[in-house]
Amino acid sequence: MTQNNQGQSPTAMFEKIWPGKIDQNKINVGDYERIGSVITGSVFTLYGLTRKSWLTRPLALIGGYLVQRGMSGTCALYQAFNINTARQGGNTNATLHANRAIKVKRAVTINKPVAELYSYWRNLENLPQIMEHLESVTVKDDKTSHWVAKGPAGITVDWDAEIFREKENEIIAWKSVEGGSVPNAGTVQFTDLGQDRGTEILVELDYDPPVGVIGAAFAKLFGEEPNQQIQEDLRHFKQKMEAGELPTTKGQPSGRQNQ
Amino acid sequence: MRALCWYGKEDVRVETVPDPRIINPHDAIVKITSTAICGSDLHLYDGVIPTLEKGDILGHEFMGEVVEVGSEVKNLKAGDRVVVPFTIACGNCYFCMKGLWASCDNSNPNAWMLEKAYGYSGAGLFGYSHMMGGYAGGQAEYARVPFADVGPMKIPDGLSDEQVLFLTDIFPTGYMAAENAQFAEGDTVAVWGAGPVGQFAIQSAWMLGAGRVISIDIVPERLELAATKGKAETINSTNENVVEKLRAMTGGRGPDACIDAVGMESSGHTPDAIYDKVKMAMKLETDRPTALREAITACRKGGTVSIPGVYGGVLDKFPMGAAFGKGLTFKMGQTNVHNYLKPLLKRIQKGEIDPSFIITHRLSLEEAPGAYHMFREKQDGCIKVVLKPQGVAA
Repeated sequence: MTQNNQGQSPTAMFEKIWPGKIDQNKINVGDYERIGSVITGSVFTLYGLTRKSWLTRPLALIGGYLVQRGMSGTCALYQAFNINTARQGGNTNATLHANRAIKVKRAVTINKPVAELYSYWRNLENLPQIMEHLESVTVKDDKTSHWVAKGPAGITVDWDAEIFREKENEIIAWKSVEGGSVPNAGTVQFTDLGQDRGTEILVELDYDPPVGVIGAAFAKLFGEEPNQQIQEDLRHFKQKMEAGELPTTKGQPSGRQNQ
Repeated sequence: MRALCWYGKEDVRVETVPDPRIINPHDAIVKITSTAICGSDLHLYDGVIPTLEKGDILGHEFMGEVVEVGSEVKNLKAGDRVVVPFTIACGNCYFCMKGLWASCDNSNPNAWMLEKAYGYSGAGLFGYSHMMGGYAGGQAEYARVPFADVGPMKIPDGLSDEQVLFLTDIFPTGYMAAENAQFAEGDTVAVWGAGPVGQFAIQSAWMLGAGRVISIDIVPERLELAATKGKAETINSTNENVVEKLRAMTGGRGPDACIDAVGMESSGHTPDAIYDKVKMAMKLETDRPTALREAITACRKGGTVSIPGVYGGVLDKFPMGAAFGKGLTFKMGQTNVHNYLKPLLKRIQKGEIDPSFIITHRLSLEEAPGAYHMFREKQDGCIKVVLKPQGVAA
């Protein structure tokens, strides 16, 4: 496919302007984004260089970076966050764009029998109690449910999910139904560790961030990193099941109230 | 209510703050009758423990009367008189079930902070920074106590506050330090630090069958107490080379077990101690382990170094070669207070020990800021301060 498109692809186009500077293996920026990056970068550079104010000078630098990023197809920021908007295909789940999906994998061990944990989770309407970012889950029938979540920057996102595979006390696999604002798919696996060692819960989740890949990158920067989020959700699950409550200090006194 | 709040290095004030209330179903509210200042509170006072916030209420050694319980509390009711362990534990996780209460998986709401620094988080603690949970402390008129069915222990009539108050921390901490020292009947135990935890470690070493106990400190009145009440031999490290002195005292072999009841802000005049002071002041080092280095060097081959003293970060010039070369065992950690409440209460009831012997000052809560200063400077023979939030006469 890349071969067929070689003629019009930015790689071929930029290769002519800037020969030998493009490393095919390092490309992690999608075609349209690369063209956009070059155009925006050029405008920034020109504006930055023509205005004499010190405020606008840095724009020229940023512009230069964007041009370089678009031409080479390699973005250091994307690399740092493991984002790739150039990759095509290869996803197992039709509801997700593999090129943008964020993948999360986290585990926790809970000192409770597997059946108790499975049944709590399988009653999906329980989940907002342990998942801070969920506003509500409404079960529609045995397989489908409606999810409402708080997204980045205060927006609400919702989707319908369908359980497409389940085995009692072992696994629940779901995917979102086409048309939701946060395409996602995942599994939660329950493993009895035996000998009073508790139950291991393993969550694997893929999802498309609601405001695009930039949104997720920014969310990461501001601490709403998905791995951390799932880790906290699993911790809350453990606290709820083992301790019967989520420990908190919200609402306790301090000398700050005086100031 | 009135409460002692932290506002910065050497800046603690008694302020009027809102009363605590039940937040979670397993909470209780305790009206505090006695509360102590711990040596580890001085690390907070000195500003060497990160993640304290202005206005945080300090204090983790407190007892009093239950005035309110949450909907799920079954073992306590209003009117019960309780001591409250400084470590907060859920009672149901893998670690609590194994008796490792100070490693409770569930009681620290800010576990992620410690996970970043330590890999995994231990239990939440009262009044000891936000990375330790951010729980409001007990140097106050009232405190909210989470997991009230698990931690607080009811105190039978006939025992005074002063006899049982130290079950909340320092008596169990000294006892666990002696247990962790893993010595055999008749062995020689050396204890660095003759502060309250050191004093209880000395007492506990005798209870566990030590043959000799040697106390090391720089404060004359503390060594005096170790000698009179603790029946320990003493070394004043201001004017003695501790390692050489211990070698001479133990027939050239060294103590079988060494206990570091000093922790991260050790004093000392040796070049390494001065180097640590400078580095710590420049924030290039978090802890000053002079006593620990000495304990490692002095300990006999194959011996045990037990560490009840608090450390928070990373150490410089840690003599790992000596530890390895002599095949030492290290045991340490926050105290699993819950394990010791009943056994040590029994020892108090039987008259084996009256823990009130370490108290030098009994003050009102309002006098707490001055008391911190006095305790830190070891003025007026200060070894242990007990505050009475409901008034000294009470």
